[in-house]
Amino acid sequence: MEQSVYFDYGSRVTPPGTVGGRFKNRKEPMSLPRESSSVKGIQKCPTGIRGLDEITGGGLPKGRPTLVCGGAGSGKTLLAMEFIVRGARQFGEPGVFFAFEETTADLAANVASLGFDLPALVKQKKLALDYVRIERSEIEETGEYDLEGLFVRLASAIDGVAAKRVALDSLEALFAGLPNEAILRAELRRLFEWLKKRGVSAVITAEQGRGSNLTRHGLEEYVSDCVILLDQRVANQIATRRLRIIKYRGSAHSANEYPTLIERHGLSVLPISSLGLSYPVSTRRVSTGIARLDAMLGGKGFFKGSSIMVSGTAGCGKSSIAASFADSVCARGERFLYCSTEESPEQLIRNMASIGIDLGRHVRSGKLLFHTVRPTLYGLETHLVKLHGMVEDFSPSAIVIDPVSNLEAIGTDQEIKAMLTRMIDFLKNRGVTTLFTALTGNGSFETTTVGISSLMDTWILLRMVESASERNRLLYVLKSRGMGHSNQMREFVLSDRGIGLVDVYAGPGAVYTGTERINQEARDKAAGAAARRNAESRGRELAQQGAVLRAQIASLQAQLAAVVSRRDHEGAEEGARLKALNGDRAALTRARRAD
Amino acid sequence: MTPTDARRTAAKEWELRLYIAGKTPRATRAFENLRRICEEHLAGRYRIEIIDLLKNPTLARGDQIVAVPTLVRKLPQPLKKIIGDLSNTQRVLVGLDIRERIAP
Repeated sequence: MEQSVYFDYGSRVTPPGTVGGRFKNRKEPMSLPRESSSVKGIQKCPTGIRGLDEITGGGLPKGRPTLVCGGAGSGKTLLAMEFIVRGARQFGEPGVFFAFEETTADLAANVASLGFDLPALVKQKKLALDYVRIERSEIEETGEYDLEGLFVRLASAIDGVAAKRVALDSLEALFAGLPNEAILRAELRRLFEWLKKRGVSAVITAEQGRGSNLTRHGLEEYVSDCVILLDQRVANQIATRRLRIIKYRGSAHSANEYPTLIERHGLSVLPISSLGLSYPVSTRRVSTGIARLDAMLGGKGFFKGSSIMVSGTAGCGKSSIAASFADSVCARGERFLYCSTEESPEQLIRNMASIGIDLGRHVRSGKLLFHTVRPTLYGLETHLVKLHGMVEDFSPSAIVIDPVSNLEAIGTDQEIKAMLTRMIDFLKNRGVTTLFTALTGNGSFETTTVGISSLMDTWILLRMVESASERNRLLYVLKSRGMGHSNQMREFVLSDRGIGLVDVYAGPGAVYTGTERINQEARDKAAGAAARRNAESRGRELAQQGAVLRAQIASLQAQLAAVVSRRDHEGAEEGARLKALNGDRAALTRARRAD
Repeated sequence: MTPTDARRTAAKEWELRLYIAGKTPRATRAFENLRRICEEHLAGRYRIEIIDLLKNPTLARGDQIVAVPTLVRKLPQPLKKIIGDLSNTQRVLVGLDIRERIAP
């Protein structure tokens, strides 16, 4: 009989770095880079996941386990992995990742596309990866057992890299692999206690359960500090991921659902309610890129950080105004984000070149970024998250969403309004001037279909006027908060020299635009000339009449003079004659002496 | 005897490895159960290697040990795992495929 037995019943001294020493390494909690002073009691461990730290007020509970549950493909593994990788890379906290469902090679390959180089982190001793495989068919249960093997592996991994963070993805595989649920449950309870005692911040993922159960095997029973639910829903054939913090002991948290997105940098959670109406307000003005439009807006253009709506019917020049704005912002050396939901960048650049706006040079200089996407590609929230990401990465000073009305395809008016409210709050908070264009129906010039007027600080309306077999564009400022703006309508003229605003011809009872305006102006000019000519000839006529009258007066006066002189003459003659007569009579009397 | 010594001994038809974590009553029980079963059924043809994970934690990875105690049948192939304190002899015999090999 031969047997070799190695069984050391000797010393119970356990070397450092083994399970026996597992409580020794617990360190005082480190101060956090982003600790929020408003949160009392609980220390937080930043995840580095965009948005998640905002809605949790600084991160996950430090030194405690957090349960992340969700359905298949909801992003649980990614959240856990980001927590570990970002902890190691950004926060100087090495981590341990235990995968129960994927091999480490698969895991590394899956997250490589997000820019996470797991093998490098392992080499730098910032990360310990382990794949725990439990195959039910290979395992026979023959009596009592515990999970000390798992504890040992965990402890060894934690000590190996001095880990501050641990992720277990997903523990529920144990339920499938190991018989005797009673033992398993007791051991899981012990595991969570153990993790807490070691002072590691842990993320434990679990499959979402049915009905009111958060997890399939009731893990929420053991993790009481923080529970996060990830969820993926499909509405109108568009899938949206959402994240909700179900519970966060000792910390204020919002019960809202937050849209979540898996991007090329990893998870993004969109904080919604953390914003509000308390953004900084600027009195700085931003040129619209159209001198006469600036003049209409109190002489200086938009307010920086304001929201502007340019609405109008099809083809009335909304995009041209947007492009002109983009051109002027970029020309000042600031960055501009152009979100187009209709046209490709190439098409926009080509089209705008036709009205003398060269957007291509700004793209080349990196000042102008185009983001073109069909609205139906994903849900409203996803659009919003994408926008958040781009604004954060590119930090533009102004953006355009052209047109925003296309979002109608993927949401109800109410949803769109809610989304735009968030978007505007976010952009205003960052002082980004936002110009929306909206397509309106023919009938309602002053109502955009989304009913978002109250969100807008400045509203410019474009409308088409049809007359004399022409369609011409009219522009006016419907409202502009905080500035004296023009009440005038202007004709909006697009030419190869750019955008021009021309005074409309406002005659009695009619407004004329286009060639009609030109015609009318010509007609007016002609009529004026004729009237002038008329007046001149009439004047001449009257002068002539005057001259005639004056001539007549002269001749009558001459006659009068003649009459007067004749009367004088004749009077003298008569006197002489009477004198003579009297003289004769005296002579006669004297001659007659006979009397 | 150290594990190195154990490895140096001639290969046996049955190579068993018992993983334990510290000298717990359960570990002792498992070892005693195992030795009894081996003596009854595999006398002279087996070798037992005991690995204390508290001393060699890194060894847990290789054989994918989660539960303790775990008995791994390295030889004969294929690899088999039995968890628990081995108090259910019938199950141990089934798990190790001893019954079939002995019975014929």
